[in-house]
Order: sequence, then structure tokens, then C-alpha cells
Amino acid sequence: MSLDLQKGLGLLIALLPETILAVWAMALLLVAAWTHKDPRALRRIGWVSLAGIGVAFLAVAWLWTAHPRLEGLPTSVAVDPFRWAVDAIILLGAGFAVLLSIGYLEREGILIPEYYVLMLLATVGMMLLAGGEDLFVLFLGLELMSVSSYVLAGIDRRREASAEAALKYFLLGAFASAFLLYGIALVYGATGSTKLGFIGFQVQSLQLATHPMLLAGLALLLVGFGFKVAAVPFHMWTPDVYDGAPTPVTAFMAAATKAAAFAALIRVLLRAVPLLHDTWSPVVWWLAAATMVVGNLVALNQKSLKRMLAYSSIAHAGYLLTALVSGSVGGAAAFLYYLLFYTLMTIGAFAVLVYKGRDGERTVTADDLAGLAESHPWLALFMTICLLSLLGFPGTAGFIGKWYILTSAIGSGYALLATIMVLASVVSAGYYLPVIMAMYMKPRLHAEVHADVSVPRVMRGVLTAVAVALVVFGVWPSGLLKTARAGARGFLPDEVVPISQGVPAAPK
Amino acid sequence: MFLGPALAVSAILFALGAAGVLLRRNAIIIFMCIELMLNAVNLTFVALSQQLGVDGQVFVFFVMTVAAAEAAVGLAIVIAVFRHRESVNLENINLLRG
Repeated sequence: MSLDLQKGLGLLIALLPETILAVWAMALLLVAAWTHKDPRALRRIGWVSLAGIGVAFLAVAWLWTAHPRLEGLPTSVAVDPFRWAVDAIILLGAGFAVLLSIGYLEREGILIPEYYVLMLLATVGMMLLAGGEDLFVLFLGLELMSVSSYVLAGIDRRREASAEAALKYFLLGAFASAFLLYGIALVYGATGSTKLGFIGFQVQSLQLATHPMLLAGLALLLVGFGFKVAAVPFHMWTPDVYDGAPTPVTAFMAAATKAAAFAALIRVLLRAVPLLHDTWSPVVWWLAAATMVVGNLVALNQKSLKRMLAYSSIAHAGYLLTALVSGSVGGAAAFLYYLLFYTLMTIGAFAVLVYKGRDGERTVTADDLAGLAESHPWLALFMTICLLSLLGFPGTAGFIGKWYILTSAIGSGYALLATIMVLASVVSAGYYLPVIMAMYMKPRLHAEVHADVSVPRVMRGVLTAVAVALVVFGVWPSGLLKTARAGARGFLPDEVVPISQGVPAAPK
Repeated sequence: MFLGPALAVSAILFALGAAGVLLRRNAIIIFMCIELMLNAVNLTFVALSQQLGVDGQVFVFFVMTVAAAEAAVGLAIVIAVFRHRESVNLENINLLRG
């Protein structure tokens, strides 16, 4: 199938998943405005929004299998397997988060149907962010995602921690957006375009590799993205925001938001400035090393499980940055593979927290899970699989993902970074294993301590599927690895539409 | 015309905004400083569009729209926090600690 994005129909097909989800969200907003705030209506809206995510997923799957090719000039949205792969991961994460929210909102007394609308809109923003081929589409996607997330973090505004998390997230998020925007302005000034393909072309043809304006713009872009993916030293907001937000929102932010921001970062680095690899790779190297070390060491000190998982997600941002340093297609493939399982295992771990905790889950510690294996053997097993996979234990998908990232880093000559990553993973055993020990080796405080933990039947199926996927792809990864490689092929030079005409005027 | 000075002014405004965000402790003032940063970027876009065509000016409208949406959400969040603490000073907002 070939698509001409200059024509309306071509553009509509290329943006079909986003269009479906945006229209669905707005229709749902109208429905939400006319329904009473009772738990049954809330539940119904939750299921309808899940159906919307499902339809968008089908659209992504159709576009992925139809192999659309661009004809004519490249425009503002990417049409490549990388975009479909990231879209699929984002939609999986969003669907999982909506499922978690359905019972949670009633239990916590958050009877706000707009919650689901905001989640859908944030998902649309993420998909635009992951698929934008133009710095401006990227910025608008990022803002749609961020503004929806600010509200979601503070949706339980009667709880002080939630309101405070929203304020911190909002102030630092807007601050980061301003940096990103200034970066876009300077890159635009240096190259005369905001389209990633044109920027790459201009960097080569005008020999801008040492142009101060371009370098300053790139540095500001990296600062902005650093905030959004929570890389050290731009991570200060993450533990507080993840701690204060309602837990399904935390899971959504830790998995899907991070996935989208990473996908955008990788697209900018590999499409617009691959020629400046020597300039940006040391910066990304240091970000990756600092993020892995700080994230893992601080996580060791956390008592609250929710904060521990927040720091663990910072550490995982470091692993994902490691995949990015080489700037190679192999790195991008490793990134895709790890991203998929990172999303599943992170939301899985937060899911257990949702079912164990009450009142925002801020006080649940590892000891509160003591003896979970006696009363809920199946839930304990699921948590164990998720944590072992986060740790990178052999036989789980997390291990294969990490191994694949290590191979790509060593293959491109970043052996020291690979070593840091292995050592950091060893440190992470220090906070994942005590949780497993508490569940299996410590006795329950009293027989009724886990009596209120109940998992709805649908979620039991979903959690089982996630656990099976984590194990199966940890043992037989080859099929999915092939898909990930195919997904990353969009960055190969021969896949990129040549730019021979329509280059904007060179700046003076 | 005035490209160099215009870019310099916007860089200074942006730096002032960033400094304000880092130094001030009142949530509303911090938010105003962020708006200053966004408007500094707008000035950059307008200045650049003299040479690079109308795109830069179109971007400014998008940025203004986004800033308006952010203001609506941000001020609502500030009010939600004020209801708990009777203060918008970040030093008093310390329930969550990093």
C-alpha cells in the first residue's frame, strides 16, 4: 500500500489510530457530561474507553501488516514499522492501566468519568509524540500528553498527596517543555526547518556539524527530553509525583509516558542528527551511566514499595538510554524489545500494589506483603515473575532484553557502559529480592492480613497472560526479536525516502 | 532586520525566566516565569521567521494555544493545593520528599 500524505485521504489513513482514539475520547466526554456520577456509569465508561483502545490497536495492527510506503515528500508524520511498534506498546500500556483503574476508582471514591477521557487523550498525545516526524508535531503531542497527565496525577485532589504531586509535576513539566521548545526554535533557526528528515539533510549539505546554534538547540532538546524520560540529573520530580499520584496513573506514567518520550528522543537523534553522533553520544553516555547508578542506589534506601518502584523506573530509563548510545539500528531494536517488556512488568508490579494497598498505596512496604504466598499463591507468583524480570533474571523476558541491550552496546564499543549496566543490575537485586523473600519466607502477621486482597476475574486472566508472556519470551525470544529488528529498520538509510526537492531556503 | 539583537533579547528573557523558576518559591510566580520562557521562545520564532518564512509565525500561535491550556490546568492545580495548605509557597508544600 502506498500513501501520499499530501492528499487528505493518505493523511487520514496514516493518522487512523490517533483519529479513532481522539474522536472516541471526545464522544466519551459528551457521554460523561450527561451521566450521573454513580459507580455503574463510571464502570461502563471505563469499558467503553477500553474498547476504544482496542479499536485503535486494531488500526495500528492493520497499518503495520499493510506495510504502507510513502510516496511523494515525507511530511510531518512518520510511516514506518518503528512507529507502529511503539504505538502498539503504548496502547498495551494504556489498556492495562484502564483495566487497573476500573475497580480502583470506585474503591478510592474517585467518581470522575473524565478520568478515562483524559487517559485516552494522553494516549493520543503519546502516539503523536512517538510518530511525529516534525519537531512541532512532536511538541504538540508532548503537550497533549503532559497536560492530560498533570490532571490525572491530581485527579484525587481531595487527597493532599495527589494535589501536591500534580503541582510538582505541572511546574517541572512546564519548565521542561519550555527548554524543549527553545531547543526546537534554535534547531529551526540553524537548519530552516522543523522536519526531521530535512534537518538531517541540511546538517549534511550545509555542514552544520559545528554550528553553535544547532548545538545549543540540540543541548536544550536533550535537557527537555531528559526531564520527560526522568534521566538523572533531571529526575527530581519523578519519585514525588509517582508517589503522590493514584497508583494506576503512576503505572501509566511510568510505562507509557516514558515509552513515548523515549521513542521521540530516539527518532530525533537517529533521523535528524545521526551525523552528530560523536557530539551527542558522550552526553547520552553520561546520562545513561548516572541514571543507572543513582536510580539503583537510591532505590535501595526506599521503604515504601511505591517509591521503590519509582526509583526502579528511573534505573530502567538508564538501561533504555544505554540502548540509545550506540545510535545503531541494533540499539533501536534492543530498545523496542526491552520497551515492550518494561511496560508489561512495570504495570504488572504496580498492579499488585493496587490490589494490596488502600488510600493511595503510599504506606505499603515490603513487609506488608509478608506471607502473601500463603494466602494468594498465584498473585505472589505473578509479582515474583514481574520482579525477577525487572531484575533481569535468566529465563525471563527482562533478561533477554537486557542481554540484547548489552550486546548492542558492546558491539558498538561501549564496553564500559555495558559493565556499569551489569553492576547496576546486580545492585538492583538488593531491593527486588527482599520483596520476594517477604512474600515467600516471612509469616503473615495474622491470618486475616491479606483478606481484603481480591483480584477481579478479568484481571486474573490479564495478569496470567502477562506472566506467561514474560516467561515464554524469556525462553523463546527469537520470533519477537525478529519483529523488533524489522521495527527498527525504518532508520536504515535505504528505507528513508530520499529528499531531492522541496528543501527550504538555506538560512543566512 | 535586527536578527542578532532580537535573538539576544529573547535569550536574555529566557535566562531570566529560567533563573526565576529556580530562585523563587511562590508557585504562581514560578508559573509566570515559565510563561516568560515560552514568550521568549515566541520572540525567537518571530525573529527567525523574517528569514525562514512564515512557518515561525504559525508556530507562535500553536505555542500560545498550548500556553493557554497549560495555564488553565496549572491554575486549577494551584487552587487544589491552596485548599489543603492555605499557601502556594513551595516551602510549605512538603508532604512528598525526594
